Formats: sequence, structure tokens, C-alpha cells
Amino acid sequence: MIIDVAFQPVCPLDRLEPDRGVAALVNGVQIALFRTSDGELFAVGNRDPISHAYVMSRGIVGSRADVPTVASPLHKQVYDLRTGTCLDVADVSLPVYPVRVSEDSVVEVAVE
Amino acid sequence: MKRLVIIGNGMVGQRLIEAVRARDDGGEWSVTVLAEEGRPAYDRVKLSAFFDGSSAEDLNLHTPDAGVDLRLGEPAASVDLADRVVTTAAGAYRYDALVFATGSYPFVPPVDGKDLPGVFVYRTLDDLEAIREYARGRHIGAVIGGGLLGLEAANAMRLLGLSTHVIEFAPRLMPVQIDEAGGAMLRRYVEDLGVTVHTGTGTTALNAGPDGAVATLSLSNGAVVKADMVIVAAGIRPRDDVARAAGLAVGPRGGILVDGTGRTSAEDVYAVGECAAVDGVCYGLVAPGYAQAEVVADRLMGGAATFPGADLSTKLKLLGVDVASFGDAHGTAEGCLDVTFTDPATRVYAKLVLSDDAKTLLGGVLVGDATGYPALRAGVGLALSAPPLTLLAPAGAEADAGAGLAALPGSAQVCSCNAVTKDTIVDAIHAQGCADVPALKACTRAGTSCGSCVPMLKQLLTLEGVTQSKALCEHFDHSRQELFDIVRVRNIRSFSALIAEAGRGKGCDICKPVVASILASLHTGYVLEGEQASLQDTNDHFLANIQRNGTYSVVPRIPGGEITPEKLIVIGEVARDFHLYTKITGGQRIDLFGARVEQLPLIWKRLVDAGFESGHAYGKSLRTVKSCVGSTWCRYGVQDSVGLAVALELRYRGLRSPHKLKSAVSGCARECAEARSKDFGIIATDNGWNLYVGGNGGFRPRHADLFATDLSTEELVRTIDRFLIFYIRSADRLQRTAAWIESLDGGLDHLRDVIVHDSLGLCAELDAAMAGHITNYADEWAATLDDPDRLSRFVSFVNAPDAPDPSISFTVERGQPVPVSSSAEGRQPVLLGMPAVTEGSPA
Ligand code: SRM
Ligand SMILES: Cc1cc2nc3c(=O)[nH]c(=O)nc-3n(C[C@H](O)[C@H](O)[C@H](O)COP(=O)(O)OP(=O)(O)OC[C@H]3O[C@@H](n4cnc5c(N)ncnc54)[C@H](O)[C@@H]3O)c2cc1C
Ligand code: SF4
Ligand code: FES
Repeated sequence: MIIDVAFQPVCPLDRLEPDRGVAALVNGVQIALFRTSDGELFAVGNRDPISHAYVMSRGIVGSRADVPTVASPLHKQVYDLRTGTCLDVADVSLPVYPVRVSEDSVVEVAVE
Repeated sequence: MKRLVIIGNGMVGQRLIEAVRARDDGGEWSVTVLAEEGRPAYDRVKLSAFFDGSSAEDLNLHTPDAGVDLRLGEPAASVDLADRVVTTAAGAYRYDALVFATGSYPFVPPVDGKDLPGVFVYRTLDDLEAIREYARGRHIGAVIGGGLLGLEAANAMRLLGLSTHVIEFAPRLMPVQIDEAGGAMLRRYVEDLGVTVHTGTGTTALNAGPDGAVATLSLSNGAVVKADMVIVAAGIRPRDDVARAAGLAVGPRGGILVDGTGRTSAEDVYAVGECAAVDGVCYGLVAPGYAQAEVVADRLMGGAATFPGADLSTKLKLLGVDVASFGDAHGTAEGCLDVTFTDPATRVYAKLVLSDDAKTLLGGVLVGDATGYPALRAGVGLALSAPPLTLLAPAGAEADAGAGLAALPGSAQVCSCNAVTKDTIVDAIHAQGCADVPALKACTRAGTSCGSCVPMLKQLLTLEGVTQSKALCEHFDHSRQELFDIVRVRNIRSFSALIAEAGRGKGCDICKPVVASILASLHTGYVLEGEQASLQDTNDHFLANIQRNGTYSVVPRIPGGEITPEKLIVIGEVARDFHLYTKITGGQRIDLFGARVEQLPLIWKRLVDAGFESGHAYGKSLRTVKSCVGSTWCRYGVQDSVGLAVALELRYRGLRSPHKLKSAVSGCARECAEARSKDFGIIATDNGWNLYVGGNGGFRPRHADLFATDLSTEELVRTIDRFLIFYIRSADRLQRTAAWIESLDGGLDHLRDVIVHDSLGLCAELDAAMAGHITNYADEWAATLDDPDRLSRFVSFVNAPDAPDPSISFTVERGQPVPVSSSAEGRQPVLLGMPAVTEGSPA
């Protein structure tokens, strides 16, 4: 379990465009940060586990049934933004990180 | 092993080879084929496609087979029936069984001047090549004969740019297939295309001009018609010469006499196809020939098949007009009744022939609209499936064809070319899991010859409950074309509005870029404006192409491939200063690879300042218009190909489309710009430009088809404008122009109707749409550099805008930077070569 104090500020909330991602460097770890059009926030690893390139933040955000998703921009495999599980390839997943918005509207991520 | 000798490698001879090879499991027969023509069997039915852009290879029917000794250019000279030997100029072949498949020759009436230079027949690819060659630089052509072949030949002349006359002895066109009223309707269509029709008159002489070649025709009505070349298409005669000389019996009107088993008057000697007179009757169509080939193959294996008789139904597309006749088209049956339907407004003529009690369909004729043909033909001899007028009315034809099909018994032939019944198809759908037309073709051969039964195959799939979904993805039930119309008609401006109205969920990597492209085509503007930014693929999002290591490539536009030394130097300097790998592309321009996102604006600032624009290498949009040097420098060039290529590239730059668009312009017929491998390609002629459409390289290479000839620059540009906008409006997602044209009902002819003859009344709209694109075009990179908000996207990290991505590193190969380990790991198709930097340890 990650404890509260590990949250670190990343950027103002309004820097995130709806349904589009950005990459952030937190403690030397590359994070892909998304804000959906519903206002939900997700943080997953930026490294595409299939191509090994750090590009997940540049994927297209969408949904599959009720699952919020992101598709790798290189070869289009789709991932569940909530759990990081790849929905197209078995046994592939992205790490997920806790994310929240502070009282002064700053996005914060917890990375160990 | 026994030896089968086949004389003739035409369509039916080829079918016989295949039928024997398919049945001869025990390897009982070795096959020797003696062929007069210098090339293996080709699709003579589609011969005219040669003038519509198909090459000789496209028409090929023969696949090499180790068990078949095919001797090209070696005609049989004589046959000794007693010794069982066939002799050619090169040798003698003993046979255990012999099959004549020698086809027909064109009948040339014995008029004066029939042997003059410039007089041709229309039967083989060699004939067509000679016609094409001779037509160069000539202006007027005449065709003797207004039947099926004559009209095909007339169309060929039109496509070659000649103004054309057709001379028919009978009082109407296509007298064999259609009746008088149908012939009159057909004539109106043909005349509208600029072809002059003379009916009820014969040709009495062909007269030479001063150069000794044909120059005029004298007609029996006294008229003299000028013509630089003549094609004689006055009928065919069976080639029974070798058989006759050998002593085989022939039919009363020629043809090698055979019975229902294909056997001639001699033991173990058969005849199939147009050279055979089955019980005295010769058939001039391919389907009866195929049936005979199957019968003979069966007999050779010891079977007991007999020729079931022929269905002489035909459906043709002649000069863009649908013409069909089926069953007892001329109403020869005792007491039969006609029901006719004529609509001068839509130019549709239809006739059904019914039995005397009006309950059974016997045959019919359709001109102008043959949608109902497949179902009607299959219904011949059966009880009517609906009142005759419902079956005829063109609007109802499609829907009723489906209903009619449901009512057909399982034994009804759906594909008459290949004798495939409804039962066989339904069985293929259920037992063999065929779920689309290509699968049905592969399984049953239905639809593989003339193609006219393909609509019925589709309907059968639907009737059997196979849904051929057009849904784009789980979020939209619509096809791209339907979404395009919805967006256009309801004036929708955003993805969220569209999905709220017509879809569900949040969208995905399939529908979002499609909608982004539609919005960009309709409301030309900055592609990353507002919500649209979230729809774009990463390439469009960063206006650059992503590479395997997460870097991007930069491709400035170099219209027509023409570039000044100053601009070349700028590209060189930019590449050097940013350490970019540099390569000349296959598209006559230069690609700079290995830029990180935060470098893209800096690189583009330098390029834009030097006068470059986005090359849209990342977009589904116009890529390049390649050029050859053309008349400016080249000693052969007849037009300024570079000037036109530059103008076209500037006109269509930034045009968003269902797939990428490529073009090229060649300055003469040597075609150094490879224009025929492009979506729209232009080749200069002495009089202007020839336009080809629907070509591509890539996975399934295809040559473009000739669309229009000798256009002025203005006509050319207008035609391309319409072609492109019509494509953008109606093509499917990621459908290149070739596949799109193939998918259009009526194909290239339909396309020509729409954009040249304005048959849908759309042209004004298409022109306006292109005008809108041209006025609103702005360079995406200049627009991005001008706007700090837009620029803020171009960072590697939102919380460390100046930090480069630590995972990206390069090594040097042949003096240039390349991604690390691109050669070591790069061979695996999916694992793209990047060092596996572990989380948390910046390299
Ligand atoms: C750079 C270049 C190869 C080269 O080094 O020469 C190239 C590179 C790529 N081609 Fe290509 N193609 C290049 C000329 C061609 C050509 C030749 C031509 O245009 O004359 C063809 C065959 C002609 C054609 O398209 O009909 C070609 C057929 C393809 C195809 C197959 C298209 C098809 O319809 O089958 C793809 C895949 C696709 O688009 O879906 C493709 C896709 C690609 C992509 C975009 C793959 C990708 O998604 O990353 C490559 C990325 C380029 C980049 O990052 O900048 N490229 N590609 C050429 C760029 C030309 C230019 O200046 O724009
Ligand atoms: C322009 C055109 C359009 C047509 N359109 C249609 C259509 O829409 N629908 C339709 O059903 N039919 C159509 N036909 C007719 C169709 O092409 C023929 O019915 C079919 O090709 C007959 O096949 P075959 O094998 O009997 O004859 P062919 O295909 O003519 O083949 C006979 C071959 O035998 C060779 N040969 C002759 N004598 C010898 C010898 N002594 N030794 C060795 N070889 C020899 C010939 O050179 C030829 O290659 C069309 C024909 C033409 C020309
Ligand atoms: S296509 Fe013709 S004009 Fe162009 S370079 Fe080649 S030979 Fe010269
Ligand atoms: S009817 Fe000609 S291919 Fe089926």
C-alpha cells in the first residue's frame, strides 16, 4: 500500500486536456497521466510493454464496453486505465499509480 | 500413364486442364497442350478491360502446373485419326485422348478492301495491341457490326480517343440478344456517348487513302463514312479447319459435331467450347463451354456426365449501359405473353416473357438497369415470385430480387457461368462457414467468371442470416460513409456531439481518427483545434510520424520533388544541427528522423522560416505528387510535367481523406514518374493529359485505370477535384482509391458517370467543396508555431519541460544516428528495438 505522504505534485489540473495524456517524470520514473472527459484521472507507466518505447501518454483515450482505455500509439494494443491490464494481449500490463487532485487543483501522483 | 492432348489454350481449353487436374487423383493422365497463341490462356470475356487499364497479366487465367506440358506458339497442323497422332511444325504427339478446344475466328465479310492496312479484328490480345498501336495519332474509327463485340470494340475506340461510328446491318443494335424497343433504348445511350450509329445498312467497300491505308467506308445506303481505322466485328465462325481436314464430321453450319458427351465422330476424340457443334449448335458464350469441359473431364475419368444444354443468358455492361437478356428473350414459345416497361425519363426498358397462363417466367430483356437480372435469370422456368410489374420496376428490383431469391428452389442455378446452385451456396455458408463473398468464391467458384451473380451471393448471405457488419467499431453502428453524411447533413462540429447523436461510449483509436478526418474534410481548419486534438492519432497530434523508439520524423513538403539549392542547404543545416538521420524517400523528398517532441517546434521554426511547409507525411491526406523532368529538359517530354505536379501538389496539400493519397505526373508515355502506380496519375500526351485513377503500390500493388484521355489542364484539374471529393465523401475507413472504385456498384463506369456526366447531380457540390478546401488551406506547422498554447504540447514531460526523454539514445551507423540496437532486436516484428530501461533508472 502506498501511504499518503508519497504523493508528489506534477502539474496544474488545467494543464491536462480532456481525453489526452501527458508524460511526467516523477522520482526518475516515467508516468503517463490522463484526464478523461468525465473528469477522472489515471496514472499508468509511460513505457509501452510491447515496444519498450516510452510513449503510452501519447495514445488515444477511449472506452471498451464500460472500461476506460488507452491504446498504444505504436501498435494499438488497448489497456484498461484503471488496472493497467492489457485487453488485447494476455499477461501484459502497465503499472498503475495512485493519483489525486489537491485542494489548489494540482495533480499529484504517488510513486514509490 | 495415358496422354491427353488438348488443341487450343483458350478459356475453355484452360478450364478443361483444370477440370482434369482436379479429378485425376490417381495421376492417370499426362496433359499436353498445343497452343497457337504465344501466351497462356487469358480471360477473353474481359478482353476489353485491356483498354481500361488492365494489363495482359491482369487477364491471365493460367497457372503453371508440373503435370501439364503447355506448348505456346505451337499450333496443331494436322491430326491422323488412325495412328492417333497430332502433328505440329515442331513435332508429333501420340494421344490416348484428344480434345479440340480451338474456339472461333472472327468472320470478315468479303467486301473490297477488307485487307487494307488499318483494318482489324477483335479477338486476341495481339489484335488489341495492334489496335492500340495503330490508333496513336488517329482520330476517327469505325466498327462494322453492332452486336456485343461491335459495341465492345466501339468502346475501345472511344477509350483510345477516337470519335467512333458503328455500322449494323440489322435494324437495331445487338439484334441477337435484345428486341426492338430495347435496341432503341440502347441506341440512345450509345449516341449520348458521342458514338454515331448507322443501323439497317451494310458496308459495301473499304477504300484506301493516298497512303494506301483505309480512309473511308462505303455503305449500302449510299453514305460514305470517313475512318482512319476500322474494326470488323461481324460475327464469329468455329475453327474446325484441322478437324475437318482430319475427316471428323462437322455440323450443318460448321463446328466439330459432338453429342451430349462431347464426343466427335471419332473414337476418343472430343471437342469443347466455341469450336464444338453440340448436336449441330455452336455456342458463342463461355458458360456452355465450361459446362462441356466439365463433361469431357468427367468422361475421361470414366464418368457418365452429359451436357445439360445451355443457358444463353447474358448480362453486359457496354459503354456504361447495363444490358441483359435471359431465357427465351425473343418470346419464341407457343402462346407466350410479353410484359414490358419503358421509362424514357430514367431510360430504362424491361421486358418479361411469360408462359401462356402468365404464371411461369420464360425469359426477358433489360436495358439501362439490370439490378433485377440475377434473380430473374435464376427464376426462369419457375413460377413468378411476384406480380410481373413489381419484378420489373427498377426501384423494386433490388428488394424484390431478395424476395425472389428466397422463393427459389435449391436446385436453381445462381451462378450460370460455373453451374453453381443455390443449394451449393447455402451449404457453403452453413457447412463450410463461408461468411463473405470472397470465401464463397473460393469455396464454390460462383462469381469468379462474369461476376454478374455476385449481388445474389451477397443477398444469399443476408438471407442465410450472415450479417456483413458495416459498423465502424463498438461505438458506432455506421460506416464511415454514413458518418460522413450524418456530420455533413446535421452540421455536426465535434466528436462529442456526434457520439451523443449517433453512437455510444467514449470512442476509441478506430473511430476517433475517422471522425477527426471527417471533421477536417468538412470544416477545413486547424486539425488540433479544441476537442479535435484528443481525437488525433499521435502522428497528427504532433504533426510528425512516430518512430519505433518514440522519436518522430520530419518531412517538409517539396512539391513535385523540385527544390532550390538554398532550400536543400537549409535541410542539410537543420539535420546537422539537430543530429537527425537523413534519407531521400521514395516520394521524391527528404525525411529527417530521430527528433524528440520538444525539438519538433525548434526544427520546424527553422524550416518554416526558410519557406517550407508541412509535408503531411503523418496525415491521411495528400502525400506527394511525383514528377519526371518533362518537356523542360527531357528530349522526349511533350508537356511540362514538373509544372503540373507542383500545381497539383499545392492545390491538394492538406486535403484530409480516408487514406493517404498519392499522385505523379509523367511528361510522356515512357512514364518515368510511375504515375500508373498512384491514386491519380497523369501522363502527358501530344494533346494534353491522360488521367489514370485507382493505382497504388504497397501490399497489393495495382495499376491505375485509364479514366479520361487528352484533357486540357483545366478539364484535368476539374476531374481530379471531383474524383477526390467524391472519394473523401464515400470511401470507407482506410480504403485506398483502388479498393473504393472496386467497391462502387458499377465501378469505373459509374465513377465516370458521376464525375464526368454528373449523373447524380453532385458535381456543383463537389466543385464547391474543393474550392472551400483551397481557400481555407493553411500550413499546420506555421499555425502551430504562431500559438503558445499549441506549442505547450510539445514537451517530453509536463513537469520538466526542458528535460529530454532519458530513454532515447542513439548509436551511429554509416555516419548517421540510429536508434540503439535497431539492427540487433529490430528483426522481431513486434518487439520494437529499444533498450529495456528499468523503471526509475534514467539512462
Ligand atoms: C519514408 C518512406 C520510405 C522511404 O524511406 O523511402 C516511407 C515510410 C513509411 N511508410 Fe511508406 N514510405 C515511403 C514511400 C512509400 C511508397 C512509395 C511512393 O509513395 O512512391 C509506397 C508505395 C506506394 C503507395 O503507397 O501506393 C509506400 C507504401 C506504404 C504503405 C502501404 C500502403 C498501401 O496502400 O498498401 C504504408 C502503410 C499504410 O499507409 O497503411 C506505408 C507507411 C509508411 C509509414 C508511415 C509507416 C508508419 O506508419 O510509421 C512509414 C513512416 C515514414 C516516416 O516516419 O516518416 N507506406 N510508402 C517513403 C516516404 C515517401 C514520402 O516522401 O512521403
Ligand atoms: C471481346 C470479346 C468479348 C466477349 N464477351 C463475352 C461475354 O461477355 N460473355 C461470354 O460468355 N462470352 C464472351 N465472349 C466469348 C468468349 O470469349 C468465348 O466464348 C470463349 O473464349 C470461348 O472459349 P474457347 O476456349 O472455346 O475459345 P478461345 O478462347 O477462342 O480459345 C481457342 C484457342 O485455340 C487456339 N487455336 C485455334 N486453332 C488452333 C490450333 N490448330 N492449334 C492450337 N491452338 C489453336 C486459338 O488461338 C485460341 O487461343 C467474348 C469474346 C470476345 C472476343
Ligand atoms: S516520362 Fe518521358 S518526359 Fe518524363 S523523363 Fe521519362 S522520358 Fe522524359
Ligand atoms: S454467373 Fe457469371 S460468374 Fe456467376
